[in-house]
Formats: sequence, C-alpha cells, structure tokens
Amino acid sequence: MTQRQVLLEMNHVKKSFDGVQVLSDISLAVQEGEVVSIIGPSGSGKSTLLRLATLLERLDDGELIYMGEAAATSENGKSVYASKEKLKQLRKVFGLVFQNFQLFPHFSVRKNITDALVHVEKVSQEEADSRAEKLLAQLGLSDKADNYPYQLSGGQQQRVSIARALALQPKILFFDEPTSALDPELTGEVLKVIKELAREHMTMIIVTHEMQFAREVSDRILFMEQGVVVQEGTPDEIFENPVERVREFIGKLG
Amino acid sequence: MIETGLLLAQKNIDLLRMFSQLGEGFVVTLEIFVLTLLFSLPLGLLVSFGRMSKNCVIRSITKAYISVMRGTPLMLQIFVVYFGPYYLFEVSFGTGYRFPAVIIAFVLNYAAYFAEIYRAGIESMPKGQYEAAEVLGYSKLQTFVRIILPQVIKRILPPVTNETITLVKDTSLAFTISIAEMFTIAKQIAAAQTTMIPLIGAGVFYFIFNLLVALGMEKLEKSLDYYR
Ligand SMILES: Nc1ncnc2c1ncn2[C@@H]1O[C@H](COP(=O)(O)OP(=O)(O)OP(=O)(O)O)[C@@H](O)[C@H]1O
Ligand SMILES: [Mg+2]
Repeated sequence: MTQRQVLLEMNHVKKSFDGVQVLSDISLAVQEGEVVSIIGPSGSGKSTLLRLATLLERLDDGELIYMGEAAATSENGKSVYASKEKLKQLRKVFGLVFQNFQLFPHFSVRKNITDALVHVEKVSQEEADSRAEKLLAQLGLSDKADNYPYQLSGGQQQRVSIARALALQPKILFFDEPTSALDPELTGEVLKVIKELAREHMTMIIVTHEMQFAREVSDRILFMEQGVVVQEGTPDEIFENPVERVREFIGKLG
Repeated sequence: MIETGLLLAQKNIDLLRMFSQLGEGFVVTLEIFVLTLLFSLPLGLLVSFGRMSKNCVIRSITKAYISVMRGTPLMLQIFVVYFGPYYLFEVSFGTGYRFPAVIIAFVLNYAAYFAEIYRAGIESMPKGQYEAAEVLGYSKLQTFVRIILPQVIKRILPPVTNETITLVKDTSLAFTISIAEMFTIAKQIAAAQTTMIPLIGAGVFYFIFNLLVALGMEKLEKSLDYYR
C-alpha cells in the first residue's frame, strides 16, 4: 500500500467550556481518500471536535495541522494559532455540512451554491453557474436550481448544502449528523449521496448516529465518550470486537 | 412670504389659497420626513453596532444615548438642539438654523429607535448563519452585507413601518420652533380666520400621506415575500 498524504492531523487536542473539560486528549490523523466516522453518546464531544477542526472553535491545547501546515501549534501547554491570512488559506481545505443545513434562505438554490464561489473565490459567474449545474445534476436536484430553500424538503435542503460545500472543491468534507434533523424517510437520499462521494474517494469525517451507514461507508470508526476516544478501528473491528462500552452503545441503538 | 399670504387670506376665505398654502407646508413636512429617514436609518445601524460592541465604553455610551432619546420628549430634544448652542456657547446661528436643528433632532431621535430595531433583528439571526458563512470563507463584512443584513431587513420591516408612520405624525412637532411645515401653517390660518377648516385639511393631508407610506411599506414587504 502506498503512503497517501495526511490531510488532517489533530494532536493531543484539549478543550474545555467554562472549566468543564469537553475534550481531554484527542489525536486523529486522516489520510487523503479516507472516510472516518465518529460515533458516541450525546455530549461526548463529537461536535466540539468538528468545530475545532473547522476553526469555529479554538483549541485550548494541542495541534491542528492541514496538509502539513499548522493552523494551531502547541506552545507551553497552550495552542497558538497561525495568522489570519494563513487560517483563511487553510479554511479552503475543508468544507462543513451542518446538521440543520444552514442554507441561506434569501438565496435561490443556485445562488446558495455559487455565491461564495463568485464573491470569495472570485470565480466568474459563468464558471460558478456551470459548476452549480453539474453538482445539482450529480445530486439529482437539477429542477430545483431556481427554488428557494423553504420550498425544498429537508433531504433536498441537505443535499443542496452538500453541493454548496462541494462547489468550493474542498479536500476534506466534515459532516455533523447530516441526517438527524431529517424525517426517517428522508435520511436515505442524503446517506446515498455521501456513499457516492465515498466511492469517488472524497475524504470525509462524519459524525453520525446511523450505525449501519457508518459501518458501510467508513474506512475507520472512532468511538468517543466523555472527551476521549474509547475505541478506534475498522468497521469490522468495531462491530465484531467492540470493547464493553462500545458494545453497550451499539446494542442500545440496535 | 407666509405672513403676507396670511394677511391676504384674512380678508376672504379662499379655500383654494388655503390648500395651496397647506401644500407649501406639506413640502416642508415631506422634507423633514425624507431627510430624517435618509440619515436616521444608516445612523441607527451604526448606533446598533455601538450598542452591541464588545468595547464596554462604546456600549455604555450608546446605551445611555438610546435611553435618553427614548426617555425624553422629542419636543424637548428639538428645543435643546435649537437653543442649546446659544445657552452653552453663546453662539447663535439665527433663524436659518431652525430647519437644520429640526432635522438634527429628528435624526438623533429616530436613529435611537431604529438602532433598537436593528439590534433586535440582528440578535434574532441564528448563529449558524454566521458559521456557515465563515466556513465558506466569507469575510466578516461580506457575511454581514451579503448574508445577515438582507435577512435582518426582512425581519425588521414591520417595526420600521410603525416608526415611519409615527414619524409622519411627529413632523408636526417642528411647529414648536416655528418651522413653516404643514401643521404650523394650518394653525396660523386657523387662528387668523377662526376656523377649523385648515386643521381638518392638514389632518386629511397627514392621513393620506400615512396611507401612502403604509402602502409603500406593504409593497416593500411583499417584494421580500419570495423567501422565508
Ligand atoms: N459553546 C459551548 N459552551 C459551553 N458548553 C458547551 C459548548 N459547546 C458544547 N458544550 C458542552 O460540551 C459537551 C460536548 O458537546 P458536543 O456538542 O461536542 O457533544 P456531541 O458529542 O456532539 O453530542 P450530540 O450527540 O448530542 O450532538 C456537552 O456537555 C456540551 O454541553
Ligand atoms: Mg453534536
């Protein structure tokens, strides 16, 4: 097996809120093309980990490195962040799909996808529109381009938000429970899109409560509890040989 | 000019002349209205930023400003702006200062009300919208201008409509420093001819003006109905 590039490295990450330690000492490395799922009970710190990785929240201590370039390094037990310009540049490496979509309601579906391309990436409107068209076709939403988010089902909205993230051509895509705001009958269409992306070797880190999906789509699964990684391994290792706590958790979810 | 007009009108009740005078006053009313909105809407946004500032000095100052503006009568504020410079610094700008004084007082007063409306609107925006924009790479300014403000404007249109309608009626307070706006003129004619008619006429003007304002705002609200 050839050594692929490590896209994301998080080393000895610590984070507390109001004196309460939420992440204790988490390390994680993700290679190009890998799909990593993060599972674990509510409050275990999964979202916090994603928010740290996507620069929405700041590390207390530890390192955050994208493609060998540090967003944050650890100095004397405290994380020190790179310059604003550097962070701006590193932000282009990843995209994030939110649990509740966070589409821009005043923009049409097309504009949701193209606006950042045009105004952040300074891509021409034509080029942006053609990228949007391709993505919408790929996600089965071609007929919705001129609709507004409120006119779409939750599943369609989530697919648009995936398209919006993909338009910027990130190297890594983070998902925070992409289907938990959806009615059960709508989760399938979103999970299908993510599986297709996995097939195309999109690097993804997915927080999910969908055990069957995690098992199918992931190269690696992390089980988190109380701010630490309790078990980490391939889907088979996690599901065939779970440690006590993981067995309980998986058992409970069926 | 108005005084000579009044003298002529005293002799015979000329409805047409009266309405033309009211019309002239209405132009001044309209000027106060338009200039107040023109300056207080952007100033209000600026003040709301101060009110939400991380800097506690700026926050306290804007908070005090808003509370004084909302807690004292506009009429008093007009007096303070008009007579203040004379009593404080013994400078007198003469009668030419009347109109600017009214505009300054109105703008300062309405900016305070608009600031609170903006603030409520901005604070009602979900944090996720800012975060989505941040991850997509929008700058802070872009996020505000492209993502937040358009949604805030839609949300605050109803309270802004209320303030705007109040403003139409408030313009009549300019009579306190003898600005020749519609109400001042109506009162003068009414006193000179001992008749209620000009006051009723002014009332009709205000009412129709407000009807039009309400209609315009409704149109604006409708034009933003394309999304939720
Ligand atoms: N901004 C914050 N301020 C204070 N506490 C926070 C904040 N964000 C998260 N927490 C706390 O940190 C802990 C971990 O939260 P987090 O959202 O990361 O959990 P999670 O694993 O994503 O849970 P869930 O499965 O319910 O989404 C929780 O106890 C939460 O209350
Ligand atoms: Mg979470």
